[in-house]
Amino acid sequence: MKDKLGYRLVQGSLIVIAVWYLLHFAAGSGIIPSPHAAIAAFFRLLGEGIVLHMAVSFYRICMALLFSIIIGVPLGLWLGMSKKADAALSPAVYITYPIPKAALLPVFMILLGLGDKSKIVLIISVIVFQILIAARDGVKEITTDLLLSVRSLGLNKYQIYRHLILPAVLPKILSAIRISIGISISVLFFAETFATSYGIGYFIMNNWIMVNYVDMFAGILALSIMGILLFLGLDWLEQKLCPWVFLNHQ
Amino acid sequence: MIVTNELCVNYGSEAALKNINISIPEHSTFAVIGPSGCGNTTLLYALAGLIKPTSGRVLVNGLIVDGIRKQTGVILQNHGLLPWKRVWQNVALGMKVRGYGKEEINQRVNDILQELDMTAHKDKFPAQLSGGQKQRVAIARTLVTQPDLMLLDEASSALDEITREHIQDLLLDIYKKRNITLVFITHSIEEAVFLGQRILIMGEGQIKHEVMNPWFGDENLRLKPEFYSMCTEIRKRLKEGD
Repeated sequence: MKDKLGYRLVQGSLIVIAVWYLLHFAAGSGIIPSPHAAIAAFFRLLGEGIVLHMAVSFYRICMALLFSIIIGVPLGLWLGMSKKADAALSPAVYITYPIPKAALLPVFMILLGLGDKSKIVLIISVIVFQILIAARDGVKEITTDLLLSVRSLGLNKYQIYRHLILPAVLPKILSAIRISIGISISVLFFAETFATSYGIGYFIMNNWIMVNYVDMFAGILALSIMGILLFLGLDWLEQKLCPWVFLNHQ
Repeated sequence: MIVTNELCVNYGSEAALKNINISIPEHSTFAVIGPSGCGNTTLLYALAGLIKPTSGRVLVNGLIVDGIRKQTGVILQNHGLLPWKRVWQNVALGMKVRGYGKEEINQRVNDILQELDMTAHKDKFPAQLSGGQKQRVAIARTLVTQPDLMLLDEASSALDEITREHIQDLLLDIYKKRNITLVFITHSIEEAVFLGQRILIMGEGQIKHEVMNPWFGDENLRLKPEFYSMCTEIRKRLKEGD
């Protein structure tokens, strides 16, 4: 399994580097530096503080994911289990879901300050919907047969949550988190371009302004590495928590 | 003894069961057969306490059923096994939620898995089992709680013919070894004749016929001409019910 993962990572990296080289040669200018120059710059920057920018961004994403799960999962389970709650609240969810939350960053900054809070809340406001809807739909997909079967065993409400509902929705929540990671990195990048001097988004934009494209691409590389680490962590968690999901893929 | 008095169940304005009166003696088997949508699954749900009657009542051993009864074991269509629990955990679930101690759960789950020849599969997930094996696990999960009444909804409908006969043999063996009442829904005339001491023929939410099966209990019944004559009789009764 680990060998396969390593093989896939190397294969994926080679494809990205090949396309990157193509774009580098096609552009024929410094705006797209060569992969080897960006990789070398990344290793140089490791000793010059890029790790701090990565750590700050990583913290913001992890906090946003954590709070989105804490808010979205219980709310989604409640909407999935209660027809009344679903009928009352789902329209509100559908109305607020498509609002471009990035436009609210100035409002969050005024209300929550220029620090981490406003950036974390902005990411939460974008990704909480995916997690909430995944949890709600996961509950709705539980078959009546399975629910009656479990009820016939004499499970009480708490036990039904513990043995039926949570395990049934867990793979769907993890999928939603996987999608949310990609989105949260994009939102984070946007949020870190305003009123901050830490974070990988700031680092990239700062180097862009200084026309230092090699370091800018090293920053993009750092962002990708952060994304890969989050995805790998989530894959590992899914294999530990939901081993039955992988039976058909073995 | 299971008794229903003027049992009616409506889904909205539609009547699924109309004035059902049945009486099933203790330690007997009772087959319910009829076309799809005739109300047989609704009858089973009402006996299990999974749905509340619109009117009338269900009594088991003299007590009104108004919810899940701990001594009733239910096997619904598609086995009802939890995909995220291994065989052992699925079988143990009923005992766990009833608050049995760890040692007793271990002992009884291991015993029942051995009895049903499923010990080798105890660490597998349901998705790794064949249809017949899944049905054995569902039976084990029910038996481990030592029920006095077992309700089965089309227990073998999704199985191939050979596996189906194995499961029917197993159910007959379970019935003979235990003091248990077996009520099962089936669409198979052969299954009703092999496993049903009494056979209830339903149609449009009503009882059409109730037939006594004098050949019930013979493990080799399928090899005998009486079996086929009984199947023919049930088939005729079913046609009359149309």
